Amino acid sequence: MAQYLLSVWHDEDYEVDFSGEEMQRIGAQVGRLNEELQAAGAEVFGGGLMPGRSATALRPTGDGDVSMIDGPYAESKEIMGGFWVIEAADLDAALEWGRKAALACEGPVEVRPFQGE
Amino acid sequence: MSDPPVDLAAVFREEAGRCTATLIRVLGDVDLAEDAVAEAFAVAAERWPQTGMPDNPGAWITTTARNRAIDRLRRESTRDDRQRAAHHLHEVEMAPDDDPELGGLDALVEVVPDDQLRLMFLCCHPALSADARVALTLRLLGGLQTEEIARAFLVPEATIAQRIVRAKRKLRDNHASYRIPSAAELPDRLPVVLAAISLVFTEGHRATSGDELVRTDLSDEAIRLARLLVELMPDEPEAVGLLALLVLTDARRPARTADDGSFVPLADQDRSRWDRALIDEGHALVRACLRRNQPGPWQLQAAIAAVHAAAPTAEATDCDGGYRLAIAGRGWVPGLSRRRGAPPARPGRLPTPPAPPASARRRRRRPSSGTPSGA
Repeated sequence: MAQYLLSVWHDEDYEVDFSGEEMQRIGAQVGRLNEELQAAGAEVFGGGLMPGRSATALRPTGDGDVSMIDGPYAESKEIMGGFWVIEAADLDAALEWGRKAALACEGPVEVRPFQGE
Repeated sequence: MSDPPVDLAAVFREEAGRCTATLIRVLGDVDLAEDAVAEAFAVAAERWPQTGMPDNPGAWITTTARNRAIDRLRRESTRDDRQRAAHHLHEVEMAPDDDPELGGLDALVEVVPDDQLRLMFLCCHPALSADARVALTLRLLGGLQTEEIARAFLVPEATIAQRIVRAKRKLRDNHASYRIPSAAELPDRLPVVLAAISLVFTEGHRATSGDELVRTDLSDEAIRLARLLVELMPDEPEAVGLLALLVLTDARRPARTADDGSFVPLADQDRSRWDRALIDEGHALVRACLRRNQPGPWQLQAAIAAVHAAAPTAEATDCDGGYRLAIAGRGWVPGLSRRRGAPPARPGRLPTPPAPPASARRRRRRPSSGTPSGA
């Protein structure tokens, strides 16, 4: 078994608001996928992230210190909005979970393997 | 000296893909398999001129490659390779350590067809880019060198080399399995393979510049791969459709270029120069598809190509003839039915094999080396 990151991508200015009909629907779909992942024993960890404005980026300045900047590290039109870490037998199995995740989230999902031991 | 000369290049063409496919399964690693097969051919190049070619050169290469790979893994115990292949090695060492010349090859060679199918689906994995699929297919299944692929596609060798390295690394990093997709996966996976083979063919077929010989090889390689796929998956009508389309298109190759190398459009081609054997094969394949009646885009294109190939002249292309009726009668194309005033389509009837045009029959009877009489 190998581990894969399934990351879910949103617009950079996405908000967490489940009051609308669309978010209600997506929330229910993701909930069903979570149950399916757990039933299959495939889920290691997963969760949704607070918006990009909540992020703080840290980086070494080279003199042993670390600088701190408000906001996400990468300047991009899209930002990771959540992820799963899953266990799968192979790439095809991971991609099948990725396919289901993209449909459930109604947005792009990236599948990426973890480094082996 | 009475032995026929050893044509190693021909054996390589014929066997490299098959051997690599099996070695990937045995060794569990694409790079190891490629290296081992290359090494085995190097041994053959040294040995065969003296000993003559073995009866089953493919099996000889496969076994030699396997043994060389095992030797290397034993020798280079610190390499990453060893770890990667360790669990496979155990399996391999359980097999008898036979001498290539002494038989005992059956167990290794028997499952080869499935290996080639596995390799086809690996090379054409949907997680790879279309360019990478084509390059990897030609390299691993076609046994083409990076330089040959680069020349065929008119791109720098470094570009192809990088494409292949990246594709192999991606498949390895992602733990891509070496397996044939399940029936449920096939509708998604097979079209990707068919598209890659078609791309190889198109690159060869549309060549109007560059090294023509190599690009003709590309068409031949695509047809070889399509034949292989049909052989391995005889129940996939779209694979048959692709093969039919490729042979019907390739049949026109001799008439597609004028003496000065310029392109001759279909309407102006000398149809007596079309390859009758390929047309007959294509027609037989299309009729088989029509009988099976599970239409798809490749079969439809093949059926259209069949209509053109059956026509003795461009003007006489028979739009209401047997193939059109058979296609329309089976409802393959919504809206394509009979023309007004034409007799109703008879869905049950298949076109009869078209007779070669009179000019082709005449030409065939004439001995090729003879002096044309009365010309």
